[in-house]
Amino acid sequence: MSFSWAKKYEPKHPFMKWMDERLPLPRLVYGAIGGGYPVPRNLNYFWNFGVLAGIFLMIQILTGIVLAMWYFSSVDGAFNSVEHIMRDVNAGWLIRYAHANGASFFFIVTYIHIFRGLYYGSYKAPRELVWMLGLVIYLLMMATAFMGYVLPWGQMSYWAAQVITGFFSAFPLIGEPLRVFLLGGYAPDQATLTRFFSLHYLLPFVIAGVVILHIWALHIPGSSNPTGVDVKDEKDTLPFHPFYTAKDGWFAAGFLALYAVVTFYAPNMLGHPDNYIPANPLSTPAHIVPEWYFLPFYAILKSFTVDFILPAKLWGVLAMFASILLLFFLPWLDKSPVRSGAYRPIFKRFFWILMVDVVILTWAGGAVPGPMVVAVSQVATLYYFLHFLVILPLIARYETPLPLPSSISESVLHGEAAESAPAGSRRRGGSVATAE
Amino acid sequence: MATQAQSAEGSQHTGANGDGVRRRDFLNVAAVSFAGVGTVAALAPLVVQMAPPADVLALSTTEVDISKIQPGQAIKAVWRKQPVFIRNLTPAEIKSANAVAMGDLRDPQSLAQRTKPGKANWLITLGVCTHLGCVPLGVGEGENRGPFGGYFCPCHGSAYDTAGRIRSGPAPLNLTVPEYSFLSPTTVQIG
Repeated sequence: MSFSWAKKYEPKHPFMKWMDERLPLPRLVYGAIGGGYPVPRNLNYFWNFGVLAGIFLMIQILTGIVLAMWYFSSVDGAFNSVEHIMRDVNAGWLIRYAHANGASFFFIVTYIHIFRGLYYGSYKAPRELVWMLGLVIYLLMMATAFMGYVLPWGQMSYWAAQVITGFFSAFPLIGEPLRVFLLGGYAPDQATLTRFFSLHYLLPFVIAGVVILHIWALHIPGSSNPTGVDVKDEKDTLPFHPFYTAKDGWFAAGFLALYAVVTFYAPNMLGHPDNYIPANPLSTPAHIVPEWYFLPFYAILKSFTVDFILPAKLWGVLAMFASILLLFFLPWLDKSPVRSGAYRPIFKRFFWILMVDVVILTWAGGAVPGPMVVAVSQVATLYYFLHFLVILPLIARYETPLPLPSSISESVLHGEAAESAPAGSRRRGGSVATAE
Repeated sequence: MATQAQSAEGSQHTGANGDGVRRRDFLNVAAVSFAGVGTVAALAPLVVQMAPPADVLALSTTEVDISKIQPGQAIKAVWRKQPVFIRNLTPAEIKSANAVAMGDLRDPQSLAQRTKPGKANWLITLGVCTHLGCVPLGVGEGENRGPFGGYFCPCHGSAYDTAGRIRSGPAPLNLTVPEYSFLSPTTVQIG
């Protein structure tokens, strides 16, 4: 683990020495997020979002534990207990809005983190397992977010539970019994609400566990970087602390300010007003849509309207699951040896087309279904699968990448040979680029 | 040493190459199998508790008074916490349902197959769209009944005809006809 020049943990205080011989926890932290973890010196700001995702996970766990002290998981009491939190509990409105918007911001930073990985080829060898563990975290986040959305037992909560468990009824033979089993009844009711609450409380801790595996797997090869070129020597890296703790720190403060602005000034911007109506099992709201972070998948689900061998409904559900599961195979679909999109002129174009495609899917997922919306989401769905299954393998085969810098430190110095080895460049701390 | 043990227990030799099964291997397999079966048995209650409990199953029949429903009107009843649509079809609606060719249907069923003999005007279906379970519109006065005059699901645009059969949109099947019987001309028991 880590590079040979990584600084060793050397406790100075007698107590820390005593501790290190018995439980080397400070040693673990020092090697993971301290001065003992060398990080490529050329990371750009897209590399800040992993730490931010960790911060939002902690915010969600903290605010969630407090909300659970006031929330009743009963179909008669849930909605009113949420209103009680909003109106009567001291600072309850703040904690609930922080939790609801915290979920949205958790997804925002996670999506940026995922797209950064897609652009810079972070999923490629030797980081395949880092990528796959990240996808497991993402799937767990989706399950957790969905179940959390059901808990207030408003109209959108109830119909989200009905529609999403309805996905399972698409499978032949076992589908309907499976749906009834998952709900604990024929329609969402007390059994559903209580089990969702239990799992919603459990899953964040499972996520935290998988995050540890994700970071562990990352720290074997070390972080990737915008050039995609492997770290060669000490000149290419900086210790995580104080360099990246400082960079992550100020950026996190800035990003949390944005989160605070939304939480205080537009707390319902990303929600649906219908969820302030108590759940009514006999009346579906006129237009139901999931939370914004699920919209692209909802568009894929809705884009299958014609039976072809299998029923359209089953196609929609299979395509929706496949759209995420195929990402597990990405390291083997994109075989280009060049990691970074910055050196892949054709890949780069198609990456941005994919981004536009995902934006179109997001729009189509939220739009009222009509012939035009369905047609648009069909084309966008087709392109999504085409990108990963056809275009990426073809680009990897036929693209001529741009010449790579011979090292990270050379790229930092824009390849000027005279500057790549200035006197005193062994000094640590970004001084290479700015000295003299 | 293992070889000596095997020759001492000659009956446990297997295979021509002398890779014998030792008494200890048998004990390992037996112990792990026993523990495995025991663990599965212990986990079973944790899984079966997920299924609908007795009180939910106990709500499996509902009686509904249908005397006040005029032709052309419909009501929503509740059965197993799910909405049930009870509709008194007009002669025109029955005629339009019977006029549809079976070949045009995604899930071919005639109106007669979906109603009780002699009660063709009473269309009783679950009010649960067979796509993803939303409640279709079309029961209340003035609600959108969709292009086929039956029910219309607002979630993903599935349209049902006057016999509650799927005609367009993503839903795969007709609205489910639950088990029911007429206890009297004005009372039905659902379930």
